[in-house]
Amino acid sequence: MTKAHRIKTTVNGVISEHTVEPRLLLSDFLRQELGLTGTHVGCEHGVCGACTVLIDGHSARACLFLAVQADGSRIETVESLGEVDNLSALQEAFREHHALQCGFCTPGMLMTCVDLLRKYPLANDDEIRDGLASNLCRCTGYEHIVRAVRAMAAKR
Amino acid sequence: MKPAAFDYLRPESVDEAATLLTEYGGDAKVLAGGQSLVPLLNFRMLRPSILIDINRLAALDFVEEHGGGLRIGALTRHHTLETSPLVRERFPMLAAAMAHVAHLAIRNRGTIGGSLSHADPAAELPMLARLLDAEIGTSAGRHAADGFFLGPLTTALAEDELVTEIVLPSLPSKTGWGFEEFSLRVGDFAFAAVAATVTAEGGKITKARFAAMGVGETPLRLRAVEAAMTGNIFTPNLVAEAAQRARDSVDPSSDLRASTDFRRHLVGVLTERALEAAWARAQ
Repeated sequence: MTKAHRIKTTVNGVISEHTVEPRLLLSDFLRQELGLTGTHVGCEHGVCGACTVLIDGHSARACLFLAVQADGSRIETVESLGEVDNLSALQEAFREHHALQCGFCTPGMLMTCVDLLRKYPLANDDEIRDGLASNLCRCTGYEHIVRAVRAMAAKR
Repeated sequence: MKPAAFDYLRPESVDEAATLLTEYGGDAKVLAGGQSLVPLLNFRMLRPSILIDINRLAALDFVEEHGGGLRIGALTRHHTLETSPLVRERFPMLAAAMAHVAHLAIRNRGTIGGSLSHADPAAELPMLARLLDAEIGTSAGRHAADGFFLGPLTTALAEDELVTEIVLPSLPSKTGWGFEEFSLRVGDFAFAAVAATVTAEGGKITKARFAAMGVGETPLRLRAVEAAMTGNIFTPNLVAEAAQRARDSVDPSSDLRASTDFRRHLVGVLTERALEAAWARAQ
């Protein structure tokens, strides 16, 4: 039996303490310990991007990060963006441009876009597509997601 | 999948990390950015009994001027290499190459020490370490990048040795660079890439370095290309000669994504482009 660790995290502004097994992935910690099921689990090896969250302000795959590593860290998930009746500007752009269909990839897409919009000019569609290449979507064909990001980039 | 069980240790200093590695040796793996290690854990292709997390070792997170070149701490993230003003000034090719490394979410976490230790034969940083005659500093001493990469995912590191920094020697004046990579999509692993530095004086190439990746078991220095360039006047014929020698220097394997012939062809084309870009920037 491996030794469990006590961790203190700030998730979407809420501080809490938990005891976790070292092998628990952040994605499973968020979903199973905290009940934040907005973070989706797809490939579990960093390829699909569905589990992307912000760790201390920077986008990262929650499936490639251990919950125990999050001790003392600030995590932001899709639940931090907005609510059904009060969407964030990015979520509203996704809605307006039909940038989602089944919604499975959407949480990861949104958290990826938050970081892309902070760090890159996204001055043309090539740059937007390069950025979005980190996340897989199996139904929109991406075009509508590009439109939503283009609209957000132009608004900054 | 989920990783097999392991114990987790988080040293507070480089010395403590090195001591833990010495104590646990082959039972332990070092966790830096985790962008290669954690997939291997999730797939259970690796089942270490202990992970030593070095992410809190601030002493390994730095980019510093060093005799005209740079010293870069092992824990420096890819995204820092992409954006650091010092890296952009001294080694713009290093910053430019980072755009080819996976995606932002991966570059935010992945580290230079991790990439060198992991030694993927299609990774950009090992190739650039070889190209730029880097020295790799460890808890036990120093390695020349030339003898560091022994095979796919295999390095000269001992079981209890931790990469602490990479030293990039300064480039001579009038040195230009080229970095050319081919992959199907941005961020995918490359079919092949070629990087070059060229030093120019009075229409002649006085020094040239070439390296390739994705076409061998380790990143390769293309010494035959370098030898053919040195002392010669830059002409279209010389560019063709570089491409021919580059193709002759590699013996890539064939896989589902690209055949041997296609990869060899790519190495020729990428060598031409890298040489032309490096020459233009050297003027």
